[in-house]
Amino acid sequence: MNSIIRVEQISRTFGTITAVDGISFSVEAGEVFGVLGPNGSGKTTLVRLLAGVLAPTGGRAYLFGKDVTREGVYVRQRIGVLTETPSLYERFTARKNLAFFARLSGIPDAEIGSRVDAILSLMNLSDRADDLAGGFSKGMKQRLAVARALIHDPQIVFLDEPTSGLDPEASRQVTGIIREMAADQGKTVFLCTHNLGQAQDLCSRVAMLSAGRILAQGSRDDLSERLWDAVPLEVEFQGPPPAGVLEAILRIEGVTLDKRAEVTLTLRVQHRHQVPAVIRAAVGQGGDIVRVSPREYLLEEIYFAVQEQGRTAA
Amino acid sequence: MNRQIIRALAEKDIAEVAQNRIAISGAVILSVIFAVVFPLLITQMPILLPESDQPAFDDLQDLIPPQLIDELADLSPRQLPIVLILGYLMAPLFLILPLMLACIIAAEAFVGEKERKTLEALLYTPATDGELFVGKVLAALIPAIMYTWVNFLVFTLVTNLAGYPVMGRFWFPTPSWLALMVVVVPAVALLGVAVTVIISTRVRTFMEAYQVSGALVLVILVLVVAQSVGLLFLSPLVAVLVGIGFFALDAVLIVAGIRTFSRSELIARV
Repeated sequence: MNSIIRVEQISRTFGTITAVDGISFSVEAGEVFGVLGPNGSGKTTLVRLLAGVLAPTGGRAYLFGKDVTREGVYVRQRIGVLTETPSLYERFTARKNLAFFARLSGIPDAEIGSRVDAILSLMNLSDRADDLAGGFSKGMKQRLAVARALIHDPQIVFLDEPTSGLDPEASRQVTGIIREMAADQGKTVFLCTHNLGQAQDLCSRVAMLSAGRILAQGSRDDLSERLWDAVPLEVEFQGPPPAGVLEAILRIEGVTLDKRAEVTLTLRVQHRHQVPAVIRAAVGQGGDIVRVSPREYLLEEIYFAVQEQGRTAA
Repeated sequence: MNRQIIRALAEKDIAEVAQNRIAISGAVILSVIFAVVFPLLITQMPILLPESDQPAFDDLQDLIPPQLIDELADLSPRQLPIVLILGYLMAPLFLILPLMLACIIAAEAFVGEKERKTLEALLYTPATDGELFVGKVLAALIPAIMYTWVNFLVFTLVTNLAGYPVMGRFWFPTPSWLALMVVVVPAVALLGVAVTVIISTRVRTFMEAYQVSGALVLVILVLVVAQSVGLLFLSPLVAVLVGIGFFALDAVLIVAGIRTFSRSELIARV
């Protein structure tokens, strides 16, 4: 597959501190790729390296097949970056902020007005277009900053902690915007966050960073398979399961009992494809099943397990 | 280099500085003092001071540079102070105007952006390092020169109109002043910008940058004192040479400034 982002052993040190330490990964076009990690793990430095604004001390990064260090202008014409702080000109109106960045992106003067109006409308900011950005709430500032990142219709959008410090309402709005830009507009989204719920909600794959290194990367299923050799499975019956049901289930290779309640059995199965065999065994012993839910591991559980592994390895 | 980008950057910085109260009030105060109060005071001095004040007149005679003795020989004792002070001694002092304004705007453009945390978003745009640098330099340079020239026009009007009762003619500007305006003013404005660019890598706030670069006024004061004590006479030719000297210094400083102005260095300090 032709990766839109390809990173090869990229590193960056500041004096004696290594912010990014030999990272490699790739992102496909149209994907929402998440980078998760605690503060100081190197997420922001990584965005700066990929945007070609910070020179790496080792390794290479390619966006659209171009070396970001050598072809920074080409790359920056095609990416949008939402910085961790909104970085707005607070003494300018929302419209003037966007028009300025539109001009810097090379949008012809004649098109700027309509482009700005359209993006303000998309971000629900049309009625505040001529108000000073300094008077906006945090959520509005963040939406305006997202608008700025999208004004030139970039193919890749880098979002550095897009919902940090926002209230739940504003956070939901911004998350909705991110989902839209990936699903409806087909943009590639590179999301740096420590909001694990948001990452689970939005990302098809994630990379987990710690101290400048990738501890693990992949989809949620890939990561949980690598971490655990069993998937939790809850089986709920109409009433207490008849004698023989549990024994029949446990005869299936790789299936173990985790917890037994009055009408529910919590099992562990090695693979999801064992679930039909569990159901057949229970029904065969007269069990009236009302619910079977293979519980997927939450990204949060995966994240902490990976971080813990990382600490143990260190 | 992309002109649209450079123009957008320069216009944005100028619009930002126009909203900076410290910058605007400083510029207005300087204008009033230099372009209105000074020429008014000096042109009214012969009327306010008694004509018989011979010691003061003798002191002024001592200040006349040897190159000007013939030129000023025909002036009456009432006319002499006007021509000597406004026509010659005041000229280098006027260079404070482009210098101060260039320093204020450059401090706003190069350090203010870092202080208000707006620099990072700017660095993610397709503007090249060169375009960012030129845009910001022009944002400081052009208004500083225009501001000085507008003040020079006001100074010319006040000097000629308020001085008319004593002089009996419109005598200002002198060739030295014109050389100063055309050659030295842009060179001095560029000096202010170049020094501020270099300082901007080491300071964190607009006020710090402005205060440090403000020390450049000493260079102007050296010129003022040198002319007052007869070490230097800013004839049109000397003014052009001084301008060329400043431009040479500017070139060295700008090259040093460009070296510090790399995206990678700037973002590492955000």
